[in-house]
Amino acid sequence: MTQPATGPAAATAAVTAIRVTMRVDGAEVAADVDRPGESLLSTLRDRLGLTGAKNACEQGECGSCTVLLDGDPVCACLVATAQCEGREVQTVVGAVPRPVRDAFVQRGAVQCGFCTPGLLVAVADLLRREPDPADARIREALAGNLCRCTGYEKIIDAVHTAAATMAGDRP
Amino acid sequence: MPEPTTPTPWAAGGVGHSPIRPDAEAKVNGAFDYASDLAFDGMLWGHTLRSPHPRARIRSVDTGPALALPGVAAVLTAADVPGKLHYGLIEADQPVLAPGEVNYQGEAVAIIAADTLDLARRAAALIDVDYEILEPRCDAGEAVAAGDCFRYQPVRVGDPDTARAAVVVAREYEVGMQDQAPLGPESGVAVPAPDGGLVLHVATQWLHSDLDQIAPCLGLEPGRIHLTMAGIGGAFGAREDLSVQIHMAMLALRTGRPVKMMYDRAESFLGHVHRHPARMRYEHGADADGRLVYVKAHIVLDGGAYASTTEAVVGNAASLAVGPYNVEHVSIDAWGARTNNPPCGAMRGFGGVQTCFAYESQMDALADALGLDPLEIRRRNALAQGDQLITGQVVDAVDPDKAAAGAPFSPLRDLIDRFADLPVPPVPAGRDIVDLPGGTGNTTHGEGVRRGVGYGVGLKNICYSEGFDDYSTARVRLELGGPEHDGEPVAYVHTAAAEVGQGHWNLQQQIARTELGIRHVVLLPNDTKAGSAGSSSASRQSYMTGGAVKAACEAVRELWHDRDLADGPIEAVRVFRHRATKPMDPVTGQGESHVQLALCVHRATVDVDVELGLVKVVDLTCVQDVGTILNPVALEGQIHGGTAQGLGLAVMEEIITRDGHVANASFTDYLIPTILDMPPMRLRIVENADPDAPYGLRGAGEPPTLSSTPAIVAAIRDATGLPLTRVPVQPEHLTVRRPS
Ligand code: FES
Ligand code: FES
Repeated sequence: MTQPATGPAAATAAVTAIRVTMRVDGAEVAADVDRPGESLLSTLRDRLGLTGAKNACEQGECGSCTVLLDGDPVCACLVATAQCEGREVQTVVGAVPRPVRDAFVQRGAVQCGFCTPGLLVAVADLLRREPDPADARIREALAGNLCRCTGYEKIIDAVHTAAATMAGDRP
Repeated sequence: MPEPTTPTPWAAGGVGHSPIRPDAEAKVNGAFDYASDLAFDGMLWGHTLRSPHPRARIRSVDTGPALALPGVAAVLTAADVPGKLHYGLIEADQPVLAPGEVNYQGEAVAIIAADTLDLARRAAALIDVDYEILEPRCDAGEAVAAGDCFRYQPVRVGDPDTARAAVVVAREYEVGMQDQAPLGPESGVAVPAPDGGLVLHVATQWLHSDLDQIAPCLGLEPGRIHLTMAGIGGAFGAREDLSVQIHMAMLALRTGRPVKMMYDRAESFLGHVHRHPARMRYEHGADADGRLVYVKAHIVLDGGAYASTTEAVVGNAASLAVGPYNVEHVSIDAWGARTNNPPCGAMRGFGGVQTCFAYESQMDALADALGLDPLEIRRRNALAQGDQLITGQVVDAVDPDKAAAGAPFSPLRDLIDRFADLPVPPVPAGRDIVDLPGGTGNTTHGEGVRRGVGYGVGLKNICYSEGFDDYSTARVRLELGGPEHDGEPVAYVHTAAAEVGQGHWNLQQQIARTELGIRHVVLLPNDTKAGSAGSSSASRQSYMTGGAVKAACEAVRELWHDRDLADGPIEAVRVFRHRATKPMDPVTGQGESHVQLALCVHRATVDVDVELGLVKVVDLTCVQDVGTILNPVALEGQIHGGTAQGLGLAVMEEIITRDGHVANASFTDYLIPTILDMPPMRLRIVENADPDAPYGLRGAGEPPTLSSTPAIVAAIRDATGLPLTRVPVQPEHLTVRRPS
C-alpha cells in the first residue's frame, strides 16, 4: 500500500543540495540533502522511506531512533546527515541478531512496539559488549530508551533470554 | 473435516495461553506501519498553526504571505471548514479551527499543506494572526464559583453533618496534570477517493466515533468517508479525542492530493487532552475501631477549555470517591470546571486516579490517628458482597464458591490477605551505589537514606457507565483453507477494535481458536466497514469486543453443526452488549451506574534520601483480581505498564501550566519513568471470576494505574514523616521541614 514519498528536493530545486552517500543496512544509498542540519533520522524516514527507526521526540530523549553509526549506538535525530558521508548505518533491520528479536517476541517485551526498534538496537549493542549483563547493567545501558507501555520488566526478561540463547549458540 | 460437538480449545493458542502476538514479528523487524510511517505518491504534508495565547480574540488572519511561498498548496482557516464548525466526543463544542477567539494555548487556528513538513512549518510562521489578548481564567476553583462547569455531580447518602465520629481527619489534596505521552506521535494520512470521498488512515482508539465527528465537519455523508486503522504507537486515552483527522481531511479535499500530518513531541503535548488536574478537600470521620462513619469531599477537576470527556470523568470521580469501603453517611460534590487551561479528558484510570490518591491518603491518615496498621483499617472497611457503593449499587458478581463460605465474601479483604505471604523485601547487604536514590549521580553513600513502606487500593469501573449504550460488533467467517492452511478451516475475524499495544488482536485469535477448535485465525484490517467496536478504553475491549468475537464464533459453531464447510463458508455477525446501567441521579448521585468493578492493591517500598529529596522506588508488589486470566503474558504487561504510569504520577509526571501556558512540552522537561526509575515488580494475580462477564474476565488495564500512586506516596510518607498531599511528589516537597 505505502510507497516512499518522492524526494521533495524536486519541488524546491532552487535550493542547493549536497549529495550524501552512505550504507544503510548493507545497501548503498544516496540522499540529496537540501536543508542544513537535516538529521539522519529525517533523511532515513522522510527522504529515503526507511522507517525502521522511529521518531518520538527529535531531541535525543527517547531513544526510539537509536541506530548504529559505524557500529556505535547514536540517536539518529541528533546526527546530521551531512556527517554521514561514507559511513555505515544500521537500523533495526540490519543491526539486530535473530535471538534478540525472538526474545522480545517471546517474552512479551513488545506492546505498542514504538520503542522496540530503538531498544533492539541498544540491546544488540549491549550484548555485543557484554554477553551476560546483570540487571543493573541492563538498566544502565537502556536508560536512554523510553517505553511507555511495558514498565520495562519484560524488556529485562527479554535481554536475559537473548543473552542465554546467544551463549548457547556460541561454540 | 472436524465437526466438533463441543469446542475443543486449541491448546497452543487458545484462551488462557500466551501465543505469540500476530503483530510481534513486524514490530521487531521494522516493517510494522505506524501512522507516522505512512507515505503515498504525490503526498503533501500538513501542519497546524496554533494559538500562542490561552485566551484571545482573533481580529484577523492574513494567509497571503504563507500562500505565496512556493511549494505551499493550501492554507485554510475557520472560514474554510466545509460543514459544522465544532466537534467533540460527547458534546460538539471544540472548534475545528478557531472561529474568532481562542480559549487555550495550542488551539488550532490555521492549517497548511505543502510539499514538505519543513515548508509547511515555515509557511505557518508567515501567517499573520492579529490577536487581541484577553485575560485567561486559569483557576478551576474560580470557574466553579462562577458556575462555569461541564458537570456538577453530587452524591448524598445519610446525614454526614450529624453523624458522630471518634476521629476526624480533614485534608486537601492536589493532583497535577498528567500526560499520556504515548511514544507514537499523532499522525495520519487523508487520501482523496475518486468519488469525491476520502480514505483516512488514522491511529485512533475508536474509529466509529471519529467518523461520527469528522463527517459533519466535512459536510460529507459518513458513507463517503472510509476510516482504516494505521499502526498505533500507544494511546492511554490520548487518541480518544480527534487530533489530525479533520484537518488532514480538509487539506486533502482542498488539494485533491494525499495529505499526511504528524505532530512533533511539542505539538503532541498541545494537541491532545491530558489527565484532569484536581484539587480535593476530604473529611473522613471514623469510630474508635477505625470504621468509617462519614466522608465529605469537594472534588474540583479542571476540564480546561473544551468538554472532551470531562462529563464522564466527573461521574467516575464522584461515584468512586470513597473507594471500595463501606460508609454510611456521604456528601460528595464533584465539579468539572471550564477554564482556559489545556483541555483534559481521557487518560488510563479516567476519573478514578485523582480521588484514589485522596481517599487512600485519608485511610492512611485515619490509621495513623488510631494507631492501626494500614492494611487492617482497609480490611475493616472493605466492601463485601451485598454491601452498597455510595451510589447504592450493590456489590455483586463474586466467585460463587467463595460466596458460599459463610460470611459475605469481600473481594478486597481477599486481596489484602494475600500480602501475608508476600514479605517486604529486605534491605540488601552491601548495596551498590547505583541502587540508592540518586543512582549513578553518586549523591549519597546511604547516610541520609530512609526506607518506607506503603499501601494503596484502587477501585475502577470497567466498560462505560451511566446508561451509555455500550456495544461492540464482530463478524466471523469460517471457510475451508487452502494449502497454505493445510486445508484446515480458517476463521476470518473482522472488528473495528483498536490494537493500541494491549494485545487485543492476539486475544481475538485466542477466542476464535477456543470457540471453534481450530488453529488458523486471520484478522481482517480494522476499519469502518466493520460495525462499531467502541473505544479501546475503560479496560473494556476484552469484555466487549472479546464478548462480540466469542458470540459470533458461537453462532458460527452452531451453524457448523449441520453444515459442511466444503459447501461454502459460514458467517455470523454479532453485536455484544453488557448489562444496562443507569445514570446517576443528578441530586443524590444514586443509581446502578457501573457494569463491573475491579480492584488492585499495591505495596510500595521506597528509599528516600531525606537530605536531597531523592526517591528510589525499590519494590512494587501488586495483588490484582482479574476475574480470569485470558493471556498471562499480556496481562502481566498491562499490570506492569499501568503500575509504571502510576509511579510516574507519584514522583515525576506533571504538565506545568503558568497562566494557561504550558511550560514543559517536551521529553526533556516532562519526565516519564525510565528503566532506571522502575523497580522489580512482583505480581500476585487473583482469579475471582465474574459470572456475568465473558470467560469470567475482569478488565485489568487501568486498576494498577490507580493504586500504585497512593502506595508510593504512602511509602514516602512512611520514610519521611511528611504529610505529602500533592502528586507528583518533587524533591522540594521532601527537603522543606514540616510546619510544626
Ligand atoms: S527521536 Fe531521537 S531520541 Fe527521540
Ligand atoms: S511497547 Fe509501547 S512504548 Fe514500548
